[in-house]
Amino acid sequence: MQLDTRKLGCERDERWLFHDLDWQIGPGELWRVEGPNGAGKTTLLRILSGQMADYTGTLLWHGEPLSHCRETFMASMLYIGHRPGVKKALTPLENLDWYQAMRATKGRARTRRDTCFQALEAVGLAGFEDTPVAHLSAGQQRRVALARLALGHQSLWVLDEPFTAIDREGVRQLETWMMTHCQAGGSVIVTSHHDSGELFPSSDVLKNLRFDGHGGVHIER
Amino acid sequence: MVMGAFTLSDERTAAGRLPGLWQGFAATLARDCRLRFRRRSELANPLIFFALVVTLFPLGLAPDSTLLASIAPGLLWVSALLAVLLSLDGLFRDDFDDGTLEQLLLAPQPAGVLVLAKIVAHWLTTGLPLALISPLLAIMLSLPGHSMGVLMITLLLGSATLSLIGAIGAALTVGLRRGGVLLSLLILPLYTPVLIFGAGTVRLAIEGAVLTPWLALMGAMLALSLLAAPWAAGAALKLSLDG
Repeated sequence: MQLDTRKLGCERDERWLFHDLDWQIGPGELWRVEGPNGAGKTTLLRILSGQMADYTGTLLWHGEPLSHCRETFMASMLYIGHRPGVKKALTPLENLDWYQAMRATKGRARTRRDTCFQALEAVGLAGFEDTPVAHLSAGQQRRVALARLALGHQSLWVLDEPFTAIDREGVRQLETWMMTHCQAGGSVIVTSHHDSGELFPSSDVLKNLRFDGHGGVHIER
Repeated sequence: MVMGAFTLSDERTAAGRLPGLWQGFAATLARDCRLRFRRRSELANPLIFFALVVTLFPLGLAPDSTLLASIAPGLLWVSALLAVLLSLDGLFRDDFDDGTLEQLLLAPQPAGVLVLAKIVAHWLTTGLPLALISPLLAIMLSLPGHSMGVLMITLLLGSATLSLIGAIGAALTVGLRRGGVLLSLLILPLYTPVLIFGAGTVRLAIEGAVLTPWLALMGAMLALSLLAAPWAAGAALKLSLDG
């Protein structure tokens, strides 16, 4: 997997959030995007995940402009944003089954369900498969969204504040998943408000992209 | 914690085995229908509105069967149209609020196909039941028996067109907090041809005229909106979410 930005820039309200950003995200890389509120972290992630067209410069997926390979890019990218993307009236199983059907290449409904069960077990929601999401706690609802990571199709994870509402043990689990994912050749781009020392304490693979809040972006490899 | 081995899909997708269109369509349709049946009160709203308006009219006017029969086609059609209009705001609103709309547009399948699935679910739970109960209400307005079938057919064809066209308006206004009035203003002009042909066909059926060209025209409107509306609505949703 390889995602490159060439001279990427985005202007909001007559202010450059970032400009001339040349950034390479290669296989096995774990990137943390940090910066003060309003610096443009979420905007950058939304551009990288192909949701916003309002930018200058180019995005290249495996060396090909993103607009030429939308389908393959979308099939190998997983985005979790501020809004969880979980239907409260449905059960966790029904929620995941929809994602699985949208992403999996043709599969029987039965095997699809089994994969969903395993993913829910992995996020510690075993036994809650058939409880409507509305009846779960905020942290558990977040875990339903994060269970998508365990369905395991996509090589690029774009995660905007995934640690929100997750307990300490959950944060550790999530970190482990991200590192396992990178070891398997995937890539992760993540934002979070935690201090640098707090997250991935044992990791030396972590790379940083830092917004300084004045339109400057620093890449620290 | 159990974590299975990752199977990265780069290689598989590069080989051209992308997630199925049909599978995505079917899953979205099934999910939306299930959601609508979970919220029974919302499901019943358009039907209750339709029934209320049609029941109140004979009470307000004189209970004269010739008068009622002459206004019945227009009355039934206008109330069905308004019932569909009222239900439109919720078409994308919930999905927008909880982020599933964002995820829908991030799916590898073309947005138009998935939006079509949502529109079909909307029609199955509003337009279709409206058409099915319309003969019952038509009896109350003493619509002649031989035109009941035509009323149902025009409502079936017409309400599908209304759902499709309405989806464009709903998609454009989904980002606005109070988009209801704007939505009506946007799509009512597009609804008028459907209303004119729908009610007109029923009126002609009462007179016993030849209906084939009229029904063909309604079918043509449905075909045209089926081709264009899902893609237009998909593009509009992207615009609404871009902000």
